[in-house]
Amino acid sequence: MKARVTVTLKNGVLDPQGKAIVGALGSLGFDGIGSVRQGKVFDVELDGSDKAGAETKLKAMCEQLLANTVIEDYSVELL
Amino acid sequence: MKSAVVLLPGLNRDRDMIAALTKISGVEPQTVWQTDTEVPDVDLIVIPGGFSYGDYLRCGAIAARMPVMQAIREKANKGVMVMGVCNGFQILLEAGLLPGALMRNASLKFVCRQVKLEITNANTPFTRGYSHGQIISSPVAHHDGNYFADAETLARVEGEGQVVFRYAEGTNPNGSINNIAGIINKQGNVLGLMPHPENLIEAAHGGTDGRALFAGILGVAA
Repeated sequence: MKARVTVTLKNGVLDPQGKAIVGALGSLGFDGIGSVRQGKVFDVELDGSDKAGAETKLKAMCEQLLANTVIEDYSVELL
Repeated sequence: MKSAVVLLPGLNRDRDMIAALTKISGVEPQTVWQTDTEVPDVDLIVIPGGFSYGDYLRCGAIAARMPVMQAIREKANKGVMVMGVCNGFQILLEAGLLPGALMRNASLKFVCRQVKLEITNANTPFTRGYSHGQIISSPVAHHDGNYFADAETLARVEGEGQVVFRYAEGTNPNGSINNIAGIINKQGNVLGLMPHPENLIEAAHGGTDGRALFAGILGVAA
């Protein structure tokens, strides 16, 4: 079973890397960009076919390691 | 006073820390490896700086989940003094032993220079060698020292006097909120700071402002 975990910065947390990306896109001629927020994607392969169990497990992984919940939000998607 | 220094793959300031503790206390610290499940009976545990696990995932994230951290957590809960410097600070935050998080420097650049620190709480077992409001010099060397906490946490940390070191006006090297350079836990026995006081303890370093931190902790004269 494959899953995708997305980790993004919480609203209100400054993202200097995102700002630098906006600047670089601007210098490439892409205009009209309000903002960019940088995040992380984890593609995870799991054994078995228990979807509910997998989702619970992935959320626990996010809480314990994949995300720092002080500054980041996460979402889990089974593919 | 007995101390222990934690060793993790990728740390690189462990020797400096061991040298500082040895020179100032006269006793060489014991070392603890990341997979150890017990920490020896010491008064002070230090997590030095570096780039544990190559800063993979987030700075300090992997190190904070190693077995030794559970042993350190238990010691901290019993009142043993724990100090994390630079990557050690990042590890203590990731382990939840201190509140908040350290983000990429606002400039996006690695900073390696000397800054001025203000002692904003001299009433801790770590800072008793300094006086309140004293300005000291300290080297910094990091890419992720931009301290952040949500408004509620920040108000609590500020209100409880947990901010121990602040970058003096105009020397904030990383954009950290309220110029925070180092914080202590509510119980007052776990300290984390980004600067490297262990690299300013003798004349050959160009100054000795870091010495009083170790002298204060170790209970010996500066």
